[in-house]
Amino acid sequence: MRSLPRSAPVLSGPLRLLIAAVLAGIVVLLSVKLNAFRDYQIAEIAIDVTAVAGLTMLTGLSGQISLGQGAFMAIGAYTTALLLLHLNWPFITALAVSAVATAAAGGIVGVAAARLRGPYLAGATLMLGVALPALAYVYPGVFGGDQGLNVVFTTPAFLGPSFPLTRWQAWVSSAVALVTLVLLANLHRSRIGRNWRAVRDNDVAAALDGINVAAARVLAFVVSAVCAGMAGSLLAIVTGLVAPGAYTITLSITLLTAAVIGGLGTLPGALWGSLVIVLVPTYVTDAATSHGLSSSVGSNIPIAVYGAVLILVMLAFPQGIQGGLRRLLAAFTGPDRKSRTWRAGPAPLTAQRDEAPADQHEKEGTT
Amino acid sequence: MPASASLEADGLVAGYGEVVALHGVSISAAAGAITAVLGANGAGKTTLLRAVSGLIRPRRGRVLLGGEQVAIRSPEQMARTGVAHVPEGQAVIAELTVEENLRVGMMARPGRRSRSDRAAALDQAYQRFRPLAQRRRKLAATLSGGERQMLVIARALTSQPRVLLLDEPSLGLAPRVMAQVMDLVLQLSRENGLTIVLVEQNARSALAVADHGVVLNLGRVVASADAEALAADVALRHHYLGF
Repeated sequence: MRSLPRSAPVLSGPLRLLIAAVLAGIVVLLSVKLNAFRDYQIAEIAIDVTAVAGLTMLTGLSGQISLGQGAFMAIGAYTTALLLLHLNWPFITALAVSAVATAAAGGIVGVAAARLRGPYLAGATLMLGVALPALAYVYPGVFGGDQGLNVVFTTPAFLGPSFPLTRWQAWVSSAVALVTLVLLANLHRSRIGRNWRAVRDNDVAAALDGINVAAARVLAFVVSAVCAGMAGSLLAIVTGLVAPGAYTITLSITLLTAAVIGGLGTLPGALWGSLVIVLVPTYVTDAATSHGLSSSVGSNIPIAVYGAVLILVMLAFPQGIQGGLRRLLAAFTGPDRKSRTWRAGPAPLTAQRDEAPADQHEKEGTT
Repeated sequence: MPASASLEADGLVAGYGEVVALHGVSISAAAGAITAVLGANGAGKTTLLRAVSGLIRPRRGRVLLGGEQVAIRSPEQMARTGVAHVPEGQAVIAELTVEENLRVGMMARPGRRSRSDRAAALDQAYQRFRPLAQRRRKLAATLSGGERQMLVIARALTSQPRVLLLDEPSLGLAPRVMAQVMDLVLQLSRENGLTIVLVEQNARSALAVADHGVVLNLGRVVASADAEALAADVALRHHYLGF
C-alpha cells in the first residue's frame, strides 16, 4: 500500500505546555552552561524558529508559498529600532507594535496574494522580498541607509550588573519563540487550522462547505507575517543593528529552506529546520578552519557542505526531518499501525453494525 | 432541522469565458422531492449546479429558494443560505480525517453552533453512516470510493441544507455501491423530506428514484415531466438518454 499522508499527531493542551516548559528549561540550562557565542546562537535559533514557524503554517497548512518572510522581518526590525531609538519605549511594547505593524502589512499582501497561485504567488512575494528592504536606501534619513540603525538593548536592573547580555537576549528570544509555538499549536488544532488544511487540499470543496476561502488565505498571511515581525524585532535587539544587508532575499530563501527541511506544516519541523540553518554552517566553518585549509578553500567548503546536507536530508526524508522522524516512529510501532489502515473489503454503505463508535468525540480546539 | 425548500432556476445563462454552457435554463425542483437533471456530456448539467451554488456567477437569470430570490455572491454564502452542493468525483478533503471533514461541513450550519449541537450532528451522521463511525480518525484519503461518496454526502448533510445538489453521485462506483447510493438518495427524500436535485448520466437509475425529470441538451431544457412519463417516452429516451 502506498504510504498516505498522515495527519499530525494531536497533542493535548497540557502536554503542549509541558513540552514548552521543558524546552524553556533546556534553554536556561544551556545558556548558563555555554559561552556567550553559544548564547548568541541560541537567540539566533529562537529567532529563526519564530519566523519559520509562521512560514510553515502559511506554506505547509494553508498552501501558500512565500518568499517574502524576510521582508516582514525587516518591517518588524525597523519598527522596533525606530521605536527604541526615538521614543525610548520598553522592548515589550515595541515588540507588540511591531507585531501589529507586520499584521497590517501581512493583511495587505495577503489580500493581493489570495488571488495568486503557485509560481505567480512565489513571484509576487519574491518581489516583496527584494523590493521592501531596498526602501532603506531610498529613505536614508529615516532608515539610516546602508549603515542602518543602531539599537541599544540592555539587561534589566534586577538581574544585576554582571549578568551577561547575550544570555538575557537568548532568554528573551526563546521566551517569544516558545509563546509563539504554543499559540500556533493551538491555532493548528483549532477550526482555523483545520480550515487552512481544507482550503489547501481542496478549495472548491472547502468553499462549497461554507468556508470563506479568501479570508482563510488572508488570515494565514497575517499570522505568518506577525511571526516574522516578532522575529525581526528580536533580531534587532540581538544584533544591535538593523541594516538592509541582513534582510535580503537570501534570508527569505533560508527561512523557506528551514521550513521545508524541517518538515512543512509541522511546528517541531520549524525547530529542526532552524537548528540546521544556524548550526550546520557554523559547525562546518569551524571544522574547515581547524583543519588549516587555505582561506579560499576554507570559506567555500561550508557553502558546499551546507548544500550537500540539504540535498541529503531531502533525499532521505522527502517530507522533511519531522516527516522522517514520524516515519521512523511508525516503523517501530509498525504492524499494529498498518493493520489499522487495512480493510478487508468495501463495507456496505449504510450497514447496520452493532459496534458502537469506539472513540470519544474529538474536542473542538478553541482554546 | 430547517424546512426543506423548493428550488427554482429562472432563465439562467452561464458559461466559462467565451463559452456559453447554459442558454436560459429554467427548472423547478419541488420541496421534498427528487428532481433528476439528465442529458449527455456537455448538456450543461454540472454547469447548472455550479451556477446555482455560486461556483460560477450566472450572467443572467434568477435563483429562487423557497420562492424567494437569492443573490448569488459566493459558494460559501450559498452554502450558508442552505444550498449544499456535492460536486462530482467524491470530493473529500483527503488530508483531513473523516471527522474533520464532517466538522468542515458544519461551517455552513445555520444558527448558533454550540459544542453539544456539533456533537449531536456528528452522532447523527455516524448513526446514518455506520462505516464512517469506525473510520472517524482515518484520513479521508484512505477511504474506498463508496465510503468517500458516503462522506461527501454526510458532510453536506451536517450543514442542515434546505436543498441538496448531487452531481453524479454514482460515477465511478461499483454497481452494488451505486445502488446503495441511489437507495440513500431515495431515503433522504422520503424519510427526511429533503429537496434533492440529482444530476446523473445514468438516466435509468436516476429516473427510478426521481419524482420529476428535466432533460438538458446543449444548454437548453428539451423536456421536463414526471419521472415516469419521461421513462415511458421511448423517442426521448433514444434521442437524449441512451436507453
